[in-house]
Amino acid sequence: MNTLELTLLIWLGSLVAGFLGALTGLGGGIIITPLLTLAFGIDIRYAVGATLVSVIATSSGAAAAYVKEGFSNIRIGMFLEIATTVGAVVGASLAARLPTTTIAVIFGIVLLYSAYVSSRGAREPAVDGQADRLATLFRMDSSYPTPDGPKSYHVRAVPAGFGLMLGAGVLSGLLGIGSGALKVIAMDRAMRLPFKVSTTTSNFMIGVTAAASAGVYLQRGYIDPGLAMPVMLGVVMGSILGARVLAAARTRVLRLVFGFVVAVLAIEMIYHGLTGRL
Amino acid sequence: MNHHSGAWTDQRVEAIIGNLLRAGVLLAAAVVLAGGALFLVRHGSAAPHYAVFQGEPADLRTPSGVLADAVSLRGRGVIQLGLLILLITPVARVAFSVFAFAMQRDLLYVVVTLIVLAVLVFSLAGGAL
Repeated sequence: MNTLELTLLIWLGSLVAGFLGALTGLGGGIIITPLLTLAFGIDIRYAVGATLVSVIATSSGAAAAYVKEGFSNIRIGMFLEIATTVGAVVGASLAARLPTTTIAVIFGIVLLYSAYVSSRGAREPAVDGQADRLATLFRMDSSYPTPDGPKSYHVRAVPAGFGLMLGAGVLSGLLGIGSGALKVIAMDRAMRLPFKVSTTTSNFMIGVTAAASAGVYLQRGYIDPGLAMPVMLGVVMGSILGARVLAAARTRVLRLVFGFVVAVLAIEMIYHGLTGRL
Repeated sequence: MNHHSGAWTDQRVEAIIGNLLRAGVLLAAAVVLAGGALFLVRHGSAAPHYAVFQGEPADLRTPSGVLADAVSLRGRGVIQLGLLILLITPVARVAFSVFAFAMQRDLLYVVVTLIVLAVLVFSLAGGAL
């Protein structure tokens, strides 16, 4: 296979990944690294570099659409980005020191967890109750639009959320993914934000987090232009298409199917990592 | 705060940021596509080399090297320039937020946002731990 043929195949695979990622809300990045390494035999460091670039593209591309809905909380996002960006620089620096087989196993475990989270779907947490002192100090409490008018919410457990975000940042930098699933958990379960607020704020944060590790990746020579080109273009086009048909799609079935695919890829990543073939 | 429609409300700031990000992605994608065409026309029939990690050459690892390659219309350099534009869009977003919080006289969040900006600039300037 020559470069042109491989490039076209990777573009097609990324298009499908971006499409499914947008439909399921998991993001396409999470299955691109397994696709590139397992199906095309590409070194995991190049794969992670190319995926990270596509993560920035989907996050930034979707931001304009999310903003119109009025759910994202810019203050919470900016405050937590301190944790995710510091974590991302640490994670990207770790990536150069860990053996690729270890990275493959960690990647597989995170994939399994994301598949589990996505198959479970959304739950609306309780939004009222006592305010957190830090949340008040940093003016995080806000409101979001509902059919019955704006509904206010209080933010809880800011230190726990901050700690989880640090972890999400490290994983994002280490694996070149957006860690959207982990970010949503931190805001949804720990800080008790309404689901729509946590998913849209998380999307906003993903691009900034990924940019923090991308600087390190670029300097280490992980970002190969010939490979990142079809991945980025494919994922961007796929996610635009995915967002278009989102309204008409039966997302519950899709989430289950996609979750199953992710789980299979996860097990294969772990197996290849443990047997030293990645 | 001023009194006409120019007030820096959170909604207006976020709308500007959203459009800024989308414009950045579109510009980046166009540059990457142009570079990709150059690259494939010249090197499309060569054997791919992605299976073995060698790391990129030094000129594709730094913003100044990428710029020099792009100016001389080398395909990989032009693609990398597009990727750099993409990489800078979230940084521009954070920089704009510093300005927006300053217009709102929200000193606490000017500081928070400056910390995030400092980490990003540290990383892009080649800093690693």
